[in-house]
Amino acid sequence: MNAPVQAAVLTANADHAAVAAAQIVEEVRQASAEPFWLAATRRVAQVAAQHAAAVDREARFPVEAFEAMRRERLMSAMVPAKLGGAGLTLSEIARICETLGHACSSTAMVYAMHQSQVACLVDQGNDVPWIRQTIARLIDEQWLLASATSEETIGGNMRNSACAVELTDGAFRIEKLAPTISYGAHADCILVTARRSADASPSDQVLIVAPRNCFMLEKRGGWDSLGMRGTCSEAFRLTATGRAAQILPVPFAQIADQTMLPVSHTLWAAVWIGITSDAVNRAHQFFRAQARGKPGALPPSAGRLANAVAQLRMMQARLKDALDAASVASTERVARDAREACDFDTPLGASLSLASDMNTLKLSISSAALEVVQETLMICGMAGYKNNTEYSVGRHLRDLFSAPLMISNDRIQLNTANLLLAQRTPATGRI
Amino acid sequence: MKSALRRILTESARLDVPAESLADDADLYAAGLSSLATVHLMLAVEDEFNIEIPDRMLTRRLFSSIDALAAAVTELQQAQAAA
Repeated sequence: MNAPVQAAVLTANADHAAVAAAQIVEEVRQASAEPFWLAATRRVAQVAAQHAAAVDREARFPVEAFEAMRRERLMSAMVPAKLGGAGLTLSEIARICETLGHACSSTAMVYAMHQSQVACLVDQGNDVPWIRQTIARLIDEQWLLASATSEETIGGNMRNSACAVELTDGAFRIEKLAPTISYGAHADCILVTARRSADASPSDQVLIVAPRNCFMLEKRGGWDSLGMRGTCSEAFRLTATGRAAQILPVPFAQIADQTMLPVSHTLWAAVWIGITSDAVNRAHQFFRAQARGKPGALPPSAGRLANAVAQLRMMQARLKDALDAASVASTERVARDAREACDFDTPLGASLSLASDMNTLKLSISSAALEVVQETLMICGMAGYKNNTEYSVGRHLRDLFSAPLMISNDRIQLNTANLLLAQRTPATGRI
Repeated sequence: MKSALRRILTESARLDVPAESLADDADLYAAGLSSLATVHLMLAVEDEFNIEIPDRMLTRRLFSSIDALAAAVTELQQAQAAA
């Protein structure tokens, strides 16, 4: 490379950095008027954005972002105040996920998956003393929780397990061949599904809480993937041992229906919306720069931008609707538990309609996000196609290709159709 | 009625054990009845006995055993006859 070109590149980089710095200063200024957790999230997002390209290139865990997250004590943000956490609502956690999604998809997705596990512990285990102590440690030490649901002979259907709990004299042992445990190598605690006992059926599952001193991971496969490269969703042989108190007393089916499904699907949707928003912002900036260059005439892609913004707003509204539904369902469940009504006699109608609502949320946001980001690529053109420009949307697109796959949309479509079979009331959310 | 229920269980419940080997009070969830399979089971029961299971009866208890299903079918048939 000759000297003048190099100098020009350096100047361009310096300009780019100055613009980025000014933007960050502005965001921090705005942040001071915001709730503490959103201001904290923006500080984490700055760190995440700085390292996002390296995380993606090297397919490495976003270490810096999670150091910042721990510093800001965001790992325990969803633990209720009475248990010592910040007590944020699901909608507020979704806002955190969306904000992180603007900066680094992997950071946002790992955070979303972590919070789904936190929600399982808090919702379904907090009357067990051992679990309460574990929640206290999660807060003190700002633990990162991972999940091991998939299994080699079972595939992605998390409602079945092959491995079984071996229980002798109040001590358990399990061994699981997991084709993916996202960020397993970086987790402080893993929640593992398994059959209740050696003679239990594949769907008769329990959830086991295994802190780091209880499990061993033998890596069996890497994670050189198209996108979401920083989630490090590697394959492992997991062995865990511990005491019977680490097995949640409620069946996994109930944990999945009541907590894991609504929390994970809303938070994933928030991550995807965050990624999409960032791509739409880039397209918007590109469009404005392009229009400034030729005053009086709109670029040919102008209509696409209007479309992309319209679609994005619809996605945000759909998520808000789902967050409201999840919050109503959770309030009703708490009230029912307070009455000590037996779960066995609760009509299934409400839980079936919540499940199909969460499923359709996942189907529509995962596909719409990809469509919208493809539009932004058409708007940004070659500047969007190239990596590492301020208009690049390639990483966004690669990351979002995971959305229809994580719990395959094909499987979710069939499950949803099955759920609709059982519903006599309108599935349209309005009567 | 219970033999008809066993046939329906074999056809639509996808249990891990043959329905013939199940006692009337055996726990169907323990026998591998999944929540998705309950949907098909419900439709098959409604079709077989020409009844409609109302939402209030659509609970986990309903599908817990052959006895529970038989009691519900009997209750609904009697209500229909009385109407």
